[in-house]
Amino acid sequence: MKISREDVLRVAELAYLDLSEAELEMYRAQIDEILEYIGKLNELDTTKVEPMAQVLSDDQTADATLREDLIVPCAVAEDVLKHAPDPEPPYFRVPKVIGR
Amino acid sequence: MTANWTIDGVKEALAAKKISARELAADFYKRIEARNPELNAFLTLSKERARRQTDKIDALVAGGKPLPPLAGVPVAIKDVISTRGIKTTCGSKILQNYIPPYDATAVERLEAAGAVILGKTNCDEFAMGSSNENSAYGPVKNPLAQDRVPGGSSGGSAAVVAAGLAVASLGTDTGGSIRQPGSFCGVPAMMGSYGRVSRYGLIAFASSLDRIGPLATNVEDVAAILQVIAGRDPHDSTSTTAPVPDYRTELEKPVKRLRLGIPKEYFGEGMDAGVRKKIETGIELFKKLGCQLIDIRMPHTDYAIATYYIIATAEASSNLARYDGVRYGLRVDDDSLLAMYRKTRGAGFGAEVKRRIVLGTYVLSAGYYDAYYLKGQKVRSLIAQDFRDAFAKVDAILTPTSPVPPFKLGERTDDPLQMYLADIYTVTGSLAGVPGISVPCGRIDGKLPAGLQIFGAPFGEARVLQLAHAFERAGGAAV
Repeated sequence: MKISREDVLRVAELAYLDLSEAELEMYRAQIDEILEYIGKLNELDTTKVEPMAQVLSDDQTADATLREDLIVPCAVAEDVLKHAPDPEPPYFRVPKVIGR
Repeated sequence: MTANWTIDGVKEALAAKKISARELAADFYKRIEARNPELNAFLTLSKERARRQTDKIDALVAGGKPLPPLAGVPVAIKDVISTRGIKTTCGSKILQNYIPPYDATAVERLEAAGAVILGKTNCDEFAMGSSNENSAYGPVKNPLAQDRVPGGSSGGSAAVVAAGLAVASLGTDTGGSIRQPGSFCGVPAMMGSYGRVSRYGLIAFASSLDRIGPLATNVEDVAAILQVIAGRDPHDSTSTTAPVPDYRTELEKPVKRLRLGIPKEYFGEGMDAGVRKKIETGIELFKKLGCQLIDIRMPHTDYAIATYYIIATAEASSNLARYDGVRYGLRVDDDSLLAMYRKTRGAGFGAEVKRRIVLGTYVLSAGYYDAYYLKGQKVRSLIAQDFRDAFAKVDAILTPTSPVPPFKLGERTDDPLQMYLADIYTVTGSLAGVPGISVPCGRIDGKLPAGLQIFGAPFGEARVLQLAHAFERAGGAAV
């Protein structure tokens, strides 16, 4: 077994994800099977292989380094707040986080 | 009125005043209203926006002004691509009321080129799936066989084109999500190189893999759409300045003597016999066109699914952290902030999305990062190297798009690993960043469509389109 119920609980906590009892067991079993399958990567010796950290080579992104630091107008706050679950313009309101 | 519109056909009809852009859009909406209840391919119709656009086009026609390249062409947009003022749900409950305050660059460019956006198409939730059955708004039915899936995740975008409910559409491809539904619905469907089309406004699933691309009824129209959406965008730092050639001129170039690689690894066990027969016949057709077929090896192909499901889920777990019930989308209230996060995400995400968040968080977590994520990144290098080695010998690579024909609705939903394995021939090109197209390659027993996949070297879209066009013209869809 690659992954335990406790592992799934720990990971769900890291991801701020509520899972039901049924989901916990289902994901544990399914992810266990997937990790078992992923284990086939260990057939490959990759000690001398560089990880592929980006898709494009440097010459393809040479232009994409740094742009000039210019101020451009960006008046979207009203539009954005309009669709927020609990707006208090110019803020988003969230449940109390301090002072408990 | 014919249902078989093409981009050129629309333009000619408008210029000759046989139909107005407004009438054409109305005609498409009529057809959508008749067919969509059974197909479930459109989630939202954008009639007002379409009306504003058709008025503009009709004014151009009335004024005798030159028409832009996609003038009046009715198109559909996958619901993971942002459209200003039009609901964009990503097939998820967590964004069921989300209205983007801006347009994706690809959408903006389509509209600037005259296209008329009819609406938003159904898809697997956050583009995670291969059958469209992971949509919170119900599955799409394959218009060619309604007991079957249309493929995924861009199932709606493929179905609307196949059913004549749009002339073309935009899909997105992370591991095969444009090409596989294209194959399942019998329409050409293309993913350009990573960096070819701006991702600005594409709601992120896996940022190092996600790409926007076109589906249409023929390769020429695929090329015409790609032409408009390709190219550098200052809003996406991974979009490149590599020049965009004139694809429609390139299409006509001869394919004779081009070297086409046939990788042995894509023709092994697990391929449906009917698919195999069609693909082999399709490959023979290239021989008749004067192409040279060369056997090649791509030794790391068998590791692609494992690699993909590490990298894609890791990136997804990170990208989907933004759905926290604070700035947009669903919120499930609670007195505590952290409980609000947990409840919102627990209630808002569907089963496949949660499964991938759990897996992706796990492979990135302390103690497992090296064994999974880093290992995956290294094997991704090996897979990309397979492609570089191949393109040192050949001009393009031919493979099946999917190992199986469209399967029945509900047939694979209980076994996620089996569902993942349906992407076995498409994820390789996603990981390597190369362009790929799926072109219709006959019907198995005269019924279910098969798709032939053509991979090109990075930024070799013109070559890919040229081969697909030659194949289509030689009768590839009926092999």
